[in-house]
Amino acid sequence: MSPTAVRPVRIIVAKVGLDGHDRGVKVVARALRDAGYEVIYTGLRQTPEMVVDAALQEDAQVIGLSIHSGAHMTLFPAVVQELKRRKATDIIVFGGGIIPDDDIAALKKQGVEQLFTPGTPLQEIVEWLRKRLPTSPA
Amino acid sequence: MKVRARDPKQAWTEDFESSPVRDDGIETSTISGIPLKPLYTKDDLPARADELPGQFPYTRGIHPSGYRGRLWTMRQFSGFATAEETNRRYKYLLANGQTGLSVAFDMPTLMGQDSDAPTSRGEIGHCGVAIDSLADMETLFDGIPLGEITTSMTINSPAAILLCMYIAVAEEQGVPASVLGGTLQNDILKEFIAQKEFIFPPAPSMRLVVDSIEYCAKEVPKWNTISISGYHIREAGSTAAQELAFTLADGMAYVDACIERGMRIDDFAPRLSFFFDAHIDFFEEIAKFRAARRIWARWMRERYGAQDERSWKLRFHTQTAGVSLTAQQPELNIARTAIEALAAVLGGTQSLHTNAMDEVLALPTDKSARIALRTQQLLAYESGVANTVDPLGGSYFIEALTDEMELQAERYFKQIEDIGGVIPAIEASFFQKEIADSAFRYQSELEQKRRIMIGVNDFTVDEEVPIDILRIDPRLESEQVARVREVRRKRDPARCSNALTSLRKAAAGKDNLMPYILEAVRAYATEGEIMNTLIEVFGIYTERAVV
Repeated sequence: MSPTAVRPVRIIVAKVGLDGHDRGVKVVARALRDAGYEVIYTGLRQTPEMVVDAALQEDAQVIGLSIHSGAHMTLFPAVVQELKRRKATDIIVFGGGIIPDDDIAALKKQGVEQLFTPGTPLQEIVEWLRKRLPTSPA
Repeated sequence: MKVRARDPKQAWTEDFESSPVRDDGIETSTISGIPLKPLYTKDDLPARADELPGQFPYTRGIHPSGYRGRLWTMRQFSGFATAEETNRRYKYLLANGQTGLSVAFDMPTLMGQDSDAPTSRGEIGHCGVAIDSLADMETLFDGIPLGEITTSMTINSPAAILLCMYIAVAEEQGVPASVLGGTLQNDILKEFIAQKEFIFPPAPSMRLVVDSIEYCAKEVPKWNTISISGYHIREAGSTAAQELAFTLADGMAYVDACIERGMRIDDFAPRLSFFFDAHIDFFEEIAKFRAARRIWARWMRERYGAQDERSWKLRFHTQTAGVSLTAQQPELNIARTAIEALAAVLGGTQSLHTNAMDEVLALPTDKSARIALRTQQLLAYESGVANTVDPLGGSYFIEALTDEMELQAERYFKQIEDIGGVIPAIEASFFQKEIADSAFRYQSELEQKRRIMIGVNDFTVDEEVPIDILRIDPRLESEQVARVREVRRKRDPARCSNALTSLRKAAAGKDNLMPYILEAVRAYATEGEIMNTLIEVFGIYTERAVV
């Protein structure tokens, strides 16, 4: 690696909650990987504590959360709270799943920076990350 | 002027080739990627004797009279919040002409944990009804005569427990298990493959499935012991052919396991049932249903030597495709669902769930649930499609596509066999990878606009009119937690702990576990307590995460 190389952006992609619907999370993980990010997929049924543990251990800059069970209003803010508790608020949190519009506004207020719902083009997610993180792969 | 006579087929080919063709870049293959010809003729008809409905191999349906004898069962999957609220919804649906119940459980119930477990936080009552013990089940079916209706229960890892709760509620109503009718999903293999609601490792999971099949063969003979499901495989991203092949392969794995237990094929095979997805690619779906019946009949008769005709007949429930619904312009989902439901009916389904337009956003409201049910009634009573048995039989296109489906499925059976069977293939992530690949291919086609989803990647509108959605009252969570704790306080503690101790011992041995679970349920042991007792013996399964 050349000394001037920028550290690659590492993303933890996690399924929180009890449901096992992993179609969306896998498609997004592949798209992010294809876009040049380092993607670590945690697998299913991660608690907020487990997600934050993984992010800190892997030195990730971004956490992407996926859920389809309806528990997003409990579990997404719990991840943000856990980051605060561990003094790791520089880690960006975004999420996706079946999330009604009203909940999106509420979640953004609670520190989940962006939410993507079914039908979002993968490119839109990649572009949002590129804008949000100037060190993103081109 | 004299026109020189041309051979009609040759003429059509020339005319077609000189006709303009749309160049919008949209795929003309099926949604699963099967290439289609622009025209099918009698040259495409398979060279086999004319098949008839009600006759082996049942391509044209399992009943000689199709829907003339009996319409399909309109069975709307529903459940939310508490047992009390869901009980009210069931009575509403029954009053509106629904003909069978179908229970949706919430995530903690599906994952075998009680409402007061720490990981149940935020999940209680959200995507189904919360059931912690027999007490909740009594409330769920209060005032609903279990001897007169049939009930389908979508539950897998803890399936045996919920079935025992149903049997126990029936006992309290004075209804013997021998007359109970209904279906237990109880299909653990597709959990490992697609839906991922597994708890125990594959071997003890299969033991529980076989225990329940064996028990029901004797004690609950009218019960469909398993609903071998392609729905979740498809929703997870598979193609139609993968759905067909993986589901039937699962079915054969259950048959093998029951035979290994020492059961006779004709003692259990008639109670095996199936559950498929009805996706938006109309003809492909119809061909899939027809091929499923033909393959199953052939394998049951020829490979397993079943002699009872009922063992050959593949009976199935269908649900329209949740993944085909869009949050954008959600009213369009009514039209999508109608097309999918029509495919299921033309494919000869025995029962049907039509999705509500708002299911992509949240649980359906009363109004959208009623529209979904009315869509089925419209097909049954207005459209006339139920008047003719297998009306598409003999169609050049449908018959050719049915054969193609069968061919692709047989190819997969060979591949699965080469890996060593269904469970080794699960452990090798074979299915999981096949499905993820198909899901990614489809998503890429959408991105490239080679496939169109109206309102998503084309024909979009800027202004979305919000529609009403059903919300779960957050107070429900603490109420349900209080309820399960009260059950634990009020029950006979000695009877409960004895039942769990016996269950633990039995699980370590070889006995059929159903009587032990039934006793624990009657003693008001909670679902979580029963599952944890089994986990002590069986352990839990962790999936290798593949992207």
